[in-house]
Amino acid sequence: MANVLVNAPKTAKKGDTVEIKALIMHPMETGFRPGANGRIIPRNIVEEFSATWNGREVFRMKMSPAIAANPFVSFFTAATESGTIVLRWSGDEGFVAEHRIAITVT
Amino acid sequence: MNSSRRLFLAGAAGVTLLPFAAEAISEGLAAAIREVTGGAELRTGKVTLDIPPLVENGNTVPMTVIVESPMTPDDYVKAVHVFNEKNPQPQVFSAWLSPGNGKAAVGTRIKLADTQKVVAVAETSTGEFWAVSAEVIVTIAACVEDII
Repeated sequence: MANVLVNAPKTAKKGDTVEIKALIMHPMETGFRPGANGRIIPRNIVEEFSATWNGREVFRMKMSPAIAANPFVSFFTAATESGTIVLRWSGDEGFVAEHRIAITVT
Repeated sequence: MNSSRRLFLAGAAGVTLLPFAAEAISEGLAAAIREVTGGAELRTGKVTLDIPPLVENGNTVPMTVIVESPMTPDDYVKAVHVFNEKNPQPQVFSAWLSPGNGKAAVGTRIKLADTQKVVAVAETSTGEFWAVSAEVIVTIAACVEDII
């Protein structure tokens, strides 16, 4: 499991817009750089990031090699109901990571 | 009076007012943008691209795209696409939003291989495309040296 750093409020008022910031440790190797032996290092990136709130998709992003190493994403979403936000990353070489955040909406 | 200087200043000020389509952009970048817009007209405005004009290290450049939108079911930002001019590939990222986002703002950190133009395109639910571009000067390019 990759290292994940997430910043999201634990509680929110119903209808408020909350910001979610997520960072994951990943080399984001572009596939354009030669390595120490002169050969191109194969591409290894996170391709997709998505966030679901109680199973409903609230954000989705398709990344390219131009995203910096240890990809950071911030986005907003309106607080509707208490529950779980699931952040999911997937990419090359079968990379999959998931992180759950519990949020209480009052 | 120095009339040529005035003319020059007036002309220089006018450049910033040119619509997006009139700006000179490279063919690869234009093709990548056409892929998402399907040839639709790019309008200027509504989109703000928050990116530093001068970056020391192209390996991590923080950027935020903010789109002015009521984000109601009738009128919301469907997607945000970001492109660059001189990296090996023109695409940077595409993000899909819904009215439930409340605010159309997406932030991330990108790599820039050279001093170049970064373009952000926002696609609204009404089928309009809004664009903005920013020039970024990069002193140390990404993808050249190993990440330390």
